[in-house]
Amino acid sequence: MYGKGLRPLSLATCLTLTAAFALVFFYAPLDADQGFIQKIFYVHVPMAIVALLGFVAGAVMAIGHLRTGDRRWDMRSYVAIHVSLILGVGVLVTGAIWAKASWGHWWVWDEPTLVSFLIVFLLYATYQPLRFSIEDPERQARYASVFAITAGAFVPLNFLAVRLAESLAHPRVLSATGGALPGDMRLTFLVSLAGMGLLFVTLWKYEMASKHASAQLRALRRKLGGEERAATGRSAAPQAPLPIRQAS
Amino acid sequence: MSTIAALVRKDLRLELRTRESVPAMALFSVTTFVVFHFGLDRSSVAGDLASGVLWVTLLFAAMLGINRLFVAEREQGGFDGFLLAPVDRTALLISKALALFAFLVAVELVAVPAFVVLLLGPSPSGALPELLGILLLADAGIAIIGTLASALAVQTAARDLIAPLLALPLLIPVVIAAARATTPLLLESGAESVALRWPVTLGLYDMVFALLAYAVFDFLLED
Repeated sequence: MYGKGLRPLSLATCLTLTAAFALVFFYAPLDADQGFIQKIFYVHVPMAIVALLGFVAGAVMAIGHLRTGDRRWDMRSYVAIHVSLILGVGVLVTGAIWAKASWGHWWVWDEPTLVSFLIVFLLYATYQPLRFSIEDPERQARYASVFAITAGAFVPLNFLAVRLAESLAHPRVLSATGGALPGDMRLTFLVSLAGMGLLFVTLWKYEMASKHASAQLRALRRKLGGEERAATGRSAAPQAPLPIRQAS
Repeated sequence: MSTIAALVRKDLRLELRTRESVPAMALFSVTTFVVFHFGLDRSSVAGDLASGVLWVTLLFAAMLGINRLFVAEREQGGFDGFLLAPVDRTALLISKALALFAFLVAVELVAVPAFVVLLLGPSPSGALPELLGILLLADAGIAIIGTLASALAVQTAARDLIAPLLALPLLIPVVIAAARATTPLLLESGAESVALRWPVTLGLYDMVFALLAYAVFDFLLED
C-alpha cells in the first residue's frame, strides 16, 4: 500500500534534484560577496526547512495517533522524525562548512538560526532513546506521541526565543527584510526546495513501505506456522501493526 | 480543587518526612558554587558571569528534583491509587507542578543567599524585588516543563538518563530569558533596570508550556 507510486515519485525526485543541481552550478550567478561557497546555501537552507517541517509533520501525525489510537499514525510520525533527524545531521554539517568558509569558524554562536537548529536537533536526538527504554509497545507509541507533540510545539518557540537572544547575523533569505533574492537565485532556490521536499517524501514512503513489507512477511510466516525467528537486535522503531489479512 | 490540595499536601508531607529531594538539591547547589569557585578560579563574580553561574546551578539542582518527582508514584503504587480514584487526571499534573515549584522555592531560599555570600561580588539588595520576580517566573517554567519531562521519563527503563536529556533542551529558552534578565541586576557598578522583554518571554513560555502539558498529560496516565 505504501509501495504504490514509489517509482514515479523516485523518478520525480531524481529529476528535480538533478535539475536543481544543474541550476545551482550552471545557472545561478556567483554571489558577489561570498563567491562559490555561497552555493552551499541551495542545499543547506532547503534541507533545514524540510527537516523542520518534517519535525512538525511528525507532531501532527502524533496528534493523529493520540486522537484515533491507530498505531499506524505512530509509525508515520516515527518515520517522519527519523528522516528529519537524518536531514538534520546534513543541515548541521553543511552549516558548519558554510560558517567555516564565510566566517572562518566551524561554529558561530551568535547566529540564532544555527543555534536554534542545534537545540532542536539535541531535543529530537532523545526521541529514539526514549522509545528504546519503554518495553510495552502500546505505551511506547503513546509516550513517543506525547514527546513528538511537545517537541513539535517547541520548534517554533525555540526559534523565537533564540532569535530574541542573539544578534541578527544569519542571512535570512525569505524574510521580509532579507528577501531581496534576485530572480535567477530565487528560481534555483525554489527548485532546490522542491527537490528536497520530494526527497523527504520519497524517503518517508520508502521506509514506510519497508516497515509495512516486513510486518506482512512476519504475518505470513506466522500463518505458515514456521518458527518465529528471533528479532535481530533491538530496535526503537515501532512494529507495524499486522495487516488486515492476518492469521486468526 | 480539593483534589489538588490533597495531592500537594501529600507531596509536601512526604518530603517533610523523608527529606528526599530538597536537602539534596540545596546541598548540591552550595557544592556547585564551591566547584565554580575553583573551576573559574575567582573569589567573586558579577554581571553576566554571576547570572550564568546562578542559573546553571539552579537548573542542575532542579534536575535532581525532576528525576525524583514521580519515583514514589511509580515504585509504591501511587499511580494505581490515583487512577482508581474518581478524579480528574489533570489534578496530578497541577499538584506535581505545584510541589516541584515549592521544592524549587525552598531550595532557592538556601541557594541564593549562599550564592550571595560565597560568590557574588556586588550586593543585590537594591534589586531584590526584580530578582524575586524573575526567580519565581523561571521556577514556574522549570516546574511545568520538569513535571512533563519527569512524567514522560518515569516509565522508561533509563529514567535518570532520559529526564535530563528531555528537560534540558526544553528549558534552554527559560535559561536564556532568566539569565539575560538577571545580568543587569548583578552588575559590579550597581543594578540596572531589566529589559521588559525577558520577563514577558518567560511568562509567555510558561503559559504556552502549561497549556501544552495540560493537553498531553492525560495520555501519559492511561493504562
